[in-house]
Amino acid sequence: MIAKAIDKIDAEQVAKANEGKKAPEIKVGDSVKVFVRIKEGGKERLQAFAGTVIARDNGSGNTATFTVRRISFGVGVEKVFPLNSPYIDRVEVERSARVRRAKLYFLRSRTGKKARLREA
Amino acid sequence: MEGILGRKIGMTQVFDDQGRRIAVTVLEAGPCPVVQVKTPETDGYRAAQLGFEEQKPSRLAKAEVKHFEKAGVKPCKMTKEFAFDEGTEVKAGDTVTVNIFEGVKYVDVSGVTKGRGFAGVMRRYRMGGGAMTHGGHSKRRIGSIGARRPGLVRKGRRMPGQMGAVNRKARNLAVVEVRGEDNLLLVAGSVPGPKGGVVIIRKALKK
Repeated sequence: MIAKAIDKIDAEQVAKANEGKKAPEIKVGDSVKVFVRIKEGGKERLQAFAGTVIARDNGSGNTATFTVRRISFGVGVEKVFPLNSPYIDRVEVERSARVRRAKLYFLRSRTGKKARLREA
Repeated sequence: MEGILGRKIGMTQVFDDQGRRIAVTVLEAGPCPVVQVKTPETDGYRAAQLGFEEQKPSRLAKAEVKHFEKAGVKPCKMTKEFAFDEGTEVKAGDTVTVNIFEGVKYVDVSGVTKGRGFAGVMRRYRMGGGAMTHGGHSKRRIGSIGARRPGLVRKGRRMPGQMGAVNRKARNLAVVEVRGEDNLLLVAGSVPGPKGGVVIIRKALKK
């Protein structure tokens, strides 16, 4: 009863989030473009956040999140997105890399050519 | 009806209509049969005794079994009285469901907090404790408990002791969703007690 009830709610939330679109398939090491809906003065527009997926956290269900890292004006920026957030319009996977670990936190201490990943 | 009995199932998250993430506690609420109705004429006050969760008759005293039989309901594990408004028709044998919270914005949820046993002062009252290094011997101790004068420990001094396993109420939790068919109630925020713990859910008193 206990696990079932929560599973049901989570499944409903995931289904609602992905209504009419495919669930985003995001793997660690992917270079992605996340299109986020932003409301500004009553108007809605899309903003893209492009970078590398360095982590996936909090399971695979409703609570799942992924972390995208990019270098912006020479500064490393990381954003954590809920996988099923209604604010995410779509996620485009541009490249996939062959990685051997689940969390690519080692990229934080690398810059330039050293921060490259092997193509899949 | 003022409230209902339930159990805490656990926590998860939902997105609201504006797309914000809300942490919610899932509560199993009812259904609760009305076991007895107390009226001002016979008892001096107005309330309904609600039962929750079926119990084997063999686990109850005969008097208790008869009490349920009189109302025409199955024996229950627990009972609790809830007030109800004058003019509403409530009689023994009725069933109260989570639907009483339909249209209600806030609820109070009370339960027994998780027991932490005999806890020290750092855990129980978040005191700082002493130095862990530099040869400190007062690592997790309480420190001073009073001065040379008055030469006694004042009453109410916070000290180690039993922590948790007490009744606590979380007030004014927003109702996120009422799921009548599953007997579930989703409230924003956390609720006292462990998963599976019994909770009393009432309409918010002060909102």
